[in-house]
Amino acid sequence: MSDDQSGETTSKRPLTTAGVVIRLGAIGVAVLCVAGAFAYTGGWLSPRRLTEDRMLAAFTDAEGLHPGFRRNHAKGVCVSGWFDSNGQAVSFSTTTVFKPGRTAIVGRFGLSGANPFQADQPAIVRSMAVKFLLPGAGEWRITMNNEAVFGVNSAQGFRDQVLASIPDPATGKPDPAKVKAFMAAHPETVRAMAVIKQSPPSQGFADSTFNSLNAFRLVNAAGVSIPVRWATVPMQPFAAESAARSASNDENYLFDDLIQQIHQHPLRWRLMITIGQPGDPTDDATLPWPADRQQINAGTVTIDEVSSEDTGPCAYVNYDPLVLPSGIAPSDDPLLSARSAAYSRSFTLRAGEEAEKPPSAITRQDVQAGGKS
Amino acid sequence: MTAYAARFPILSRLLHWLMAAMILAMLFIGIGMVATVSKRYELLVSIHRPLGIAILILVVVRLVNRCLNPPPALPDTVPPVQRWAAKASHIVLYASMVAMPLVGWGMLSAERYPIVLYGPLQLPSILPHNVALYAWLRSLHTYLAYLLFFTFLAHFGAALFHGLIRRDGVFESMASWRSRASK
Repeated sequence: MSDDQSGETTSKRPLTTAGVVIRLGAIGVAVLCVAGAFAYTGGWLSPRRLTEDRMLAAFTDAEGLHPGFRRNHAKGVCVSGWFDSNGQAVSFSTTTVFKPGRTAIVGRFGLSGANPFQADQPAIVRSMAVKFLLPGAGEWRITMNNEAVFGVNSAQGFRDQVLASIPDPATGKPDPAKVKAFMAAHPETVRAMAVIKQSPPSQGFADSTFNSLNAFRLVNAAGVSIPVRWATVPMQPFAAESAARSASNDENYLFDDLIQQIHQHPLRWRLMITIGQPGDPTDDATLPWPADRQQINAGTVTIDEVSSEDTGPCAYVNYDPLVLPSGIAPSDDPLLSARSAAYSRSFTLRAGEEAEKPPSAITRQDVQAGGKS
Repeated sequence: MTAYAARFPILSRLLHWLMAAMILAMLFIGIGMVATVSKRYELLVSIHRPLGIAILILVVVRLVNRCLNPPPALPDTVPPVQRWAAKASHIVLYASMVAMPLVGWGMLSAERYPIVLYGPLQLPSILPHNVALYAWLRSLHTYLAYLLFFTFLAHFGAALFHGLIRRDGVFESMASWRSRASK
C-alpha cells in the first residue's frame, strides 16, 4: 500500500462471511487474553497463590472471626508518650527522628493471636508498636515482638505455622502430628525456637525487650546505606516471669499490670540500633546476628499514658512496617512485604466492620480503674 | 461513500497512547498488589501511588486538550446505538480516570496513612480522618477498577471491531501514524 491513500476505505473489498467470523473470533480471543491476564494477575486462576485474603483466612480458621479487631495481635491497649532522641544515630540516617529533640508517639501493646479475648499467658508473644509523629511530613511506624528472632522467615512459613497451631477441638491443643510435620518442613523454625528459648519471658510488658526482628536499612546524608535491626530495651528492671501472677484469675493480668505501672510512673525503653556487618542476614528473620555487633543508643521512648483500644488513638492505626521516613529504608527481608500486605488487608476488613465491633477485652472503665487486679 | 479520513490531533493521540499504557499497567499493578504477600507487593505499591498521581495530572491535561482540540466526529455510517455506546463508554472512561486517583488519594487520607510518592515527597491529606469513610472509599476504589477494566475491554473490542470488520477509518483515526492530507 502506498503512503498517502486517502481513498483506502472505498478501495477495500467487502469481507466474506467466513472472513467476518474469523475476524470476530480474533477480536474475541484478543479481549479474552487481556481479561485472562487480568484474572491471572488477580490470583483467580492460582488457588494456591498466597494472597492477602488467604493469609488472613488462616488466622480466622485458627481462632475464629472477630469483627472489627486486628486479624493478628488482636488483644491490645493504646499508649502514648514521646521519644527523646539523643542525636547519636544522626550520622547513620537523615531521618528527623534521630535529630536531637523530642517526637510524639502513639503506641500499642498487644498479644499475638487472632482472639482479642484470649487469656493472658506468659508464653504468648508480646508486641510493642510505635508510631513516631515526625514534624512536617513523614512518619515512622515500627512493630516489635518480645522474641529474640522470628519463628519463621517467609509468609508461607507463617501461614503454615498458624494452621499447624490450630487447637484440636478434642484435646484443646494443637495436633502433635501437624506440629511435627510443620517442624519437619521448617528447620529454620526449629533453629529459631532454640534461640528464642534462651531468653525466657519477663514478668510483663514493662520489663520486656521488644525486637524489630526484620532488618532495615539506615541511609545517611552521604547516601551510605547500612543494614540494621533495632530493639526497645526496658529501663525498668527485669523480673522473671512469676507463676503466682500468671496463674491468677485475672485473664488480663499482663495488661492490668501495665495500666497500673503507667498510672504510677512513666515507663521507659532505650531505642537500641544494632549495626549489621556485611554478611549478616537481612532477608531471614529467624537468624540472629552475632552478639558483638555495634549497638547505638538512639534515645529513650517514654510511655506516660494508656487507653483502651475502644477509644484510644492507636485503634485505627495500621502499624505497617513499610511506613518509613526518608532516611530509613526496607531491607530485602520478604516478611516486610508480607506484613505490609496482610496488615493493609486486615485494616481494610476491620475498618469495614467498625459498626459490629464489640468492646475490647480492656475497656475504658478498666483503664480508668487503674487495671483491676 | 466518501472516505472517512479524520485523525485525532497529534497531541490527543500521544496522550491517548501514553495514558493507555499507564492505565493498563495501573490496573494490573492494582489487582496484582492486592493478591500477593510476596516481595513484589512493596515494589507494586511503590509504583501504584506515583503512577496514579501521574495519571491524575495527565487526565487534566487531556481534558483541557480535548476542549482545545476536539476529537473528530464519527463517520456517518456508524449506527445511532453504536454512537451512543461510544459516547457513554468515553464518559465512563474519563470519569474513572479522574475518580480512581482521587478515591485512592482520598481513602489513604481518611486512613491517615502517609502517602509517599517518592523519597520525602508526600501528598497532603484531602479528607478528614474517618475509618468508615476509608472503608467505603476502599471498596469504591475496587469497584471503579473493575468498571474501568471492563469499559477498557469494551473500548478495546470496539476499536478492533472498527479496525478489522467495519474498516471505517475510526480505528485509524487514533491508531494510525501515517500522514494524511486531511485533518
